[in-house]
Amino acid sequence: MTSWQHVPLPWKAGGLALGLVFFLAVALVKPIGVSTQFVILDGILWDAAVPTVVVPSEDAKSGYSSTNPYLDKSGGKYAKNVANPLNYSFVFVIAMMVGAFVSAILRGGVARDERAMPPVWRANFGDSVGKRYVATFFAGFLVLYGARLAGGCTSGHMMSGMMQTAVSGYIFSAGAFLIGIPAALYLFRKEG
Amino acid sequence: MEILLAILIGAAFGFVLDRVGATNPNYIIRMLNLSNLHLMKTILAGIGVASIFLFGGLLLGLVDPGHLSVKTAYLGVFIGGLLLGLGFAVAGYCPGTGLTALATGRVDALFFVIGGLVGAGAYMLTYAGIAETGLLESIAGGKATLAPVSGADYPSLLSGVAGEWLGIGIGVAFVLIAWVLPGRIGTANKHAVPAE
Repeated sequence: MTSWQHVPLPWKAGGLALGLVFFLAVALVKPIGVSTQFVILDGILWDAAVPTVVVPSEDAKSGYSSTNPYLDKSGGKYAKNVANPLNYSFVFVIAMMVGAFVSAILRGGVARDERAMPPVWRANFGDSVGKRYVATFFAGFLVLYGARLAGGCTSGHMMSGMMQTAVSGYIFSAGAFLIGIPAALYLFRKEG
Repeated sequence: MEILLAILIGAAFGFVLDRVGATNPNYIIRMLNLSNLHLMKTILAGIGVASIFLFGGLLLGLVDPGHLSVKTAYLGVFIGGLLLGLGFAVAGYCPGTGLTALATGRVDALFFVIGGLVGAGAYMLTYAGIAETGLLESIAGGKATLAPVSGADYPSLLSGVAGEWLGIGIGVAFVLIAWVLPGRIGTANKHAVPAE
């Protein structure tokens, strides 16, 4: 393996690559964000089941309105993206998944015994696959509820926010680490 | 054109997330329990590098200040950060790394993403009530940066300092912190589990 194929990359090379991607995103289009697209996908699924959830509207600034106040906020900005999934932010997130898939294939994929849980989980909570899946389901719930309440996540607030010296980015990061570090210290006392 | 950029930048982002180890929850959890700060160093350096390039580009007129997008500060940003922090520690995933980990074939990430879709849906349904509590009211200047950035229409906490130079200074500080940060902190989680 040549050095660039080593995963994880040395922090200097990895930091440079990560920083360049975040910079290029702002220079060429806009700051990177991910968590909004969970709402957009929910909206697409919801609208597929109940077509009256998002409808074209001449009164709305975006041209679309929704019966759901969150999709309808800011002039129906989210409602418009639900109606037109081929927009920059949604395609960005799908492409992000493809990029990670390609990278994983090139490095031989994730070891079979790690696909259900990481070693550090196994060392602290045992081999139960069900326990891990239930925990990650509820963790996912908390993470996305929190990200939407905050108006952004690790990408949008922490990385994109702090790189722009956004006050909200520092507030978010303080909250995330204030709980994240003590929780991990408490939950994961053994190393994986 | 914009869709092409979404594909190129998005794919590059996902590729890099995987290469720096961020799609692996073991690295995220061990960053948060302070037993392996490799990913923390990478993230700090990444923010620093991005900041230096961004504000350098603004100073040189190579970056359009209209591309900045500063989010509003409100109490919910902090509370949301707390909630996210707890789930982040339990799962070792955040929204972006959960989706990319799923793409690399991790099955626990699938349950994280499904939980995330339910959580985002729950927020959609409770948003109107949350808004009534005042948690979403602006604080600390709203959509504010630390110092004024010329050409961008954001308020700032400080005046008399050029936001571009402060941004470069903070970027350098992030890189330096990444540099001096040790590989691990503390001894609480020092003892590795013996190999079985």
